[in-house]
Amino acid sequence: MKTMLQRNIRDRFMEGLLVLSTIIVLLPLIIIIAHVIIHGIGALNWDFFTQELGSPSRALQGRPTGLVHTILGTLVVDFMALTIALPVGLGAGIMLSEYPDHKLNPVLRVMNDTLNGMPAILKGLLAFVLIVKPMGTFSGFSGGVALSFVMLPIIARTTESALMSIPWSIREAGLAIGLPRWRVVLSTVMPAARFGLVTGTLIAFARAAGEAAPLLFTSFGNNYLPNHWLGMILGPVDTLPQRLYSLAISPYSHWHNMGWAAAIVLLVFVMLTFATARFFTRQKF
Amino acid sequence: MLNNSAKLLKTPFTHLKDISNLLMHQASGPARASKPVSGVTFTPEPASGGKKFRMQTRNLTVRYGTTIGVEDVTLPIYDKEVLALIGPSGCGKTTYLRALNRMHDLTRIASVTGEVLLDGTDIYGNDINPVNIRRRIGMVFQKPTPFPTMSIYDNVVAGLKLVGIRKKSLLDEVCERALKQAALFEEVKDRLRSPGAGLSGGQQQRLSIARALAVDPEVMLMDEPTSSLDPQSTNRIEELIHTLKEQVTIVIVTHNMQQAARLSDRTAFFYVGHLIETGTTNDIFTKPKETRTEEYISGRFG
Repeated sequence: MKTMLQRNIRDRFMEGLLVLSTIIVLLPLIIIIAHVIIHGIGALNWDFFTQELGSPSRALQGRPTGLVHTILGTLVVDFMALTIALPVGLGAGIMLSEYPDHKLNPVLRVMNDTLNGMPAILKGLLAFVLIVKPMGTFSGFSGGVALSFVMLPIIARTTESALMSIPWSIREAGLAIGLPRWRVVLSTVMPAARFGLVTGTLIAFARAAGEAAPLLFTSFGNNYLPNHWLGMILGPVDTLPQRLYSLAISPYSHWHNMGWAAAIVLLVFVMLTFATARFFTRQKF
Repeated sequence: MLNNSAKLLKTPFTHLKDISNLLMHQASGPARASKPVSGVTFTPEPASGGKKFRMQTRNLTVRYGTTIGVEDVTLPIYDKEVLALIGPSGCGKTTYLRALNRMHDLTRIASVTGEVLLDGTDIYGNDINPVNIRRRIGMVFQKPTPFPTMSIYDNVVAGLKLVGIRKKSLLDEVCERALKQAALFEEVKDRLRSPGAGLSGGQQQRLSIARALAVDPEVMLMDEPTSSLDPQSTNRIEELIHTLKEQVTIVIVTHNMQQAARLSDRTAFFYVGHLIETGTTNDIFTKPKETRTEEYISGRFG
């Protein structure tokens, strides 16, 4: 027979364990953010956002150098990936949620989960074989395709769960007034689930925006801004995660500092996306 | 033919009804061989004042996988009457109701056999599009189901607007007509653009009814439409059903005996998936032929 005091102590101890695990979860995040900011903030200046990188000699000779081409390239490649992944991912998500009886559904579910668990570098390899080889050149487009493979299964799964959260009775009510099934999904279920859909898409976008591996042999990287904007789609283009990696393994201390600054920009970009997603999650109807 | 004679021997009443249907409707489509009626007590009905059939189910069976929801129900639904389906929970009355506008189509494990005739045509026929059937046979559910993102106005005209009818004058007219039919117009006429989900429970249910009426259905199926409402809202909806039956045929599932007695012209009593007895509401409530019916309506079980 335990005393009240013993039980209270036990209760407090368990609560303490929970708080401790929370801190352990948060610690790496805090360390990363602090470390990145401390090392990178010094290299964040006007040139960083307005100049292109150029050859290593630029930095060594103290000429202005920056990552404007990387930031623009990231936006181009990421949005290209979103444009490809969103319609397909939404379609797959609708299929998973709204047609649970369809013969293809179980197959789709397994394939989607497999794609989600597949190493990102293999997705790059796939885009390499599908796009880079036939085109004969590394390109922003192939990078976008590779990243869309990262986004796709996440969008499909978040779409499914957003739609599933809408009561089935809404669909029956739609059908009962003689609406075809696709119209019920499009005009009643999807609007009701809109915040969940936006949130899921943003999470997928943020996840893909941080990937370097699929881009190494697709968009490849570029030290210069292309002469024409089409060069960002049809030719090799720089992206933040992959540039970060290149700068980090380079032998120049100035480039190392720029790498940290690139990490800040990438972090802020990804965190802003997550914050927006969080904002939408909290919205009600 | 052989099949029919066999049936004639076994179940004279069912066969007589088949013949009378043929005479009344010149039943379209190839006649299907219906399976022999199992040991269900089926009470033949007195002619209901010469009214014509609007719908009829013949040997209707709904299965969920291997479980039987309702079995072998043959039941006429007369034009512009209120038919109440009563019975204890799980007796199959909702299952039966949902078979009448092909709501089971969405559940793959559900299978429907037998016939559901609407003006003599089997709505489960091969060339029938369930979407068209549901426009003619509307449905109101237990819980109010306003479309969450739509205004009151958009909710009411959803059945028209979402199939491409854009003419504003027509939509306005339909909206007002349907809301008036559902006895909701006076309460919401100044805030048609505000969200439908913002109304009270009783108003939301009347909104659901207005939405169902907007597409001008010939038959209205109601699945315990007042079970989640307060007495006052229940009252309003009952009054509404009273006036509606001049225009539409209504089939209503209810757990409330008084409601069935107050509202309906005819009553059908279901028990463990079978139709036990059907007749005029007056007969069912005052002189039921089956003991189970009597026991149920007098509150001895269920």
